[in-house]
Amino acid sequence: MENKYATTDKKDTRSGFGAGLLELGKRNPEVVALCADLTGSLKMDAFQKEFPDRFFQVGIAEANMIGMAAGLTIGGKIPFTGTFANFSTGRVYDQIRQSVAYSGKNVKICASHAGLTLGEDGATHQILEDIGLMKMLPHMVVINPCDYNQTKAATIAIAEYEGPVYLRFGRPSVPNFTPADQKFEIGKAVHLFEGKDVSIFATGHLVWKAIEAYYILKEKGIDAEIINIHTIKPLDSESVLRSVQKTGCAVSAEEHNRIGGLGDSIAQELTRHYPAPLEMVAVNDSFGESGTPDQLMTKYGLDTADIVNAAIKAVGRRNK
Amino acid sequence: MPTIQELEKKASQVRRDIVRMVHAVNSGHPGGSLGCTDFLVALYDEIMRHQPQPFSMDGKGEDVFFLSNGHISPVFYSVLSRSGYFPVNELNTFRKLNSRLQGHPTTHEGLPGVRMASGSLGQGLSVAIGAALAKRLNGDDKLVFTLHGDGELQEGQIWEAAMAAAAHKVDNLIATVDVNGQQIDGPTEKVMPLGDLSGKFAAFGWKVLEIGNGNNMQEVVSGLKNAISHTGKGQPVVILMKTKMGAGVDFMMGTHKWHGVAPNDEQLAQALNQLEETLGDY
Repeated sequence: MENKYATTDKKDTRSGFGAGLLELGKRNPEVVALCADLTGSLKMDAFQKEFPDRFFQVGIAEANMIGMAAGLTIGGKIPFTGTFANFSTGRVYDQIRQSVAYSGKNVKICASHAGLTLGEDGATHQILEDIGLMKMLPHMVVINPCDYNQTKAATIAIAEYEGPVYLRFGRPSVPNFTPADQKFEIGKAVHLFEGKDVSIFATGHLVWKAIEAYYILKEKGIDAEIINIHTIKPLDSESVLRSVQKTGCAVSAEEHNRIGGLGDSIAQELTRHYPAPLEMVAVNDSFGESGTPDQLMTKYGLDTADIVNAAIKAVGRRNK
Repeated sequence: MPTIQELEKKASQVRRDIVRMVHAVNSGHPGGSLGCTDFLVALYDEIMRHQPQPFSMDGKGEDVFFLSNGHISPVFYSVLSRSGYFPVNELNTFRKLNSRLQGHPTTHEGLPGVRMASGSLGQGLSVAIGAALAKRLNGDDKLVFTLHGDGELQEGQIWEAAMAAAAHKVDNLIATVDVNGQQIDGPTEKVMPLGDLSGKFAAFGWKVLEIGNGNNMQEVVSGLKNAISHTGKGQPVVILMKTKMGAGVDFMMGTHKWHGVAPNDEQLAQALNQLEETLGDY
């Protein structure tokens, strides 16, 4: 069966962020950007070149960057900070907690190179705990888009939202299948396939793998429902519950630790409102290591085959 | 403009507020609050061009202040209320349940006059730089003031910010360090010596000024006016202001022991005896 979302267009999500930021710069004079010595990696160079007065290089000093961003909101600016996911969250947790989240500041924390697909740099840079860290902060919005177009749309959308946001994206090129004109709605899941046997909730890079898994499951006689949860917080509980009420079982898939990620959020919804079997495709309470992105996704159980197996297992548990 | 004598009278009332507030809930930080009373009274009553009502979070077109060492909230709250940001009677809710006057200042409960939560130390300078850059982008010629404890300078983020302020030529910022030489565990010299603070800030590219006695109102006012004359010259300005922790109450003065301890009934009476009630207690 031909993949409904097949595309030859492959791009990195971080470039979607860079393109979105540039467009925001043109649209909204209040948008400013700060970067901690990773302008090229974050694809912020176009914004820097076009709007030098609204771009602040802060050097390798992330704590100060978060504080400066919080201060820039006083005076009406909409600051976007850029660095790797590890340095955007774990390194500056207390600064985000006090100066941004508790202070209710309109800061957009934009984080690239999240998860294992950072690759060869290894575990020091592959944060797998960032979604958990950020979603525990009261009122923090947490977004993990799946491809270039969705990341670009998300970047533009979060400028319209008043309040702190964590936007997570990555390094490798992945299929860019989201329609370029698709509006990004914070907290609204995107339904990719309707199905009746199992609900697969995927986020970020795992969304494409869930699409691939859909076709393999189809051949095995399992009709999966595929839902892209780009916003982990606030979770689209209605979509989650409606789907599982139909299928009776679920799979979550994410490039993150099993503890504290999307799977945790879905488990909480299900146990509170509609208990059902849930299988989690995620890193199993471990750090990453060096390797190519593909090798790592396979070794740590985040591949298409892992989603297929999880779905079969979930269906089996439901049928018991 | 108030006279020095009027400012001193106000400071006396603020000091009464401080000891009464911490006594009422048997918690809070009187030492640093008393030491910085003269500075905050001078800043809010004489130096800053600001509009208490209606309070604007953005602070466009006004001078803004950030308290980085948030634990001295008693003096901040007293000065804010007595400058018209909120009713003076609200001081009796300090540190109590459902109060806007949290243990450490926050924007979370909507208290007018507070633009940033502080308490976890070392974050205020970064925030002030951001606010100062926003003023620059907005074509706003007003200034940004901050206050820090000297112990607080042990936080690494302060020096990240110090570097960035000079690099971005943030010359609409006046940071003041309360050099009282004390922190919770004892004298800064024993806990973690700060070394040559003047030399350190100068090496980071700041204009360094000093106030020799931060508990002398005339000196504080002149020192702040002098600092303003150094703004707009391509570099950030820092004032190293020597104070006595606990200033104004003899048995609290010059010791770290009153950093975070409230007076008992007897000690309160003793303290109030030394502080003239000039504007009426809350």
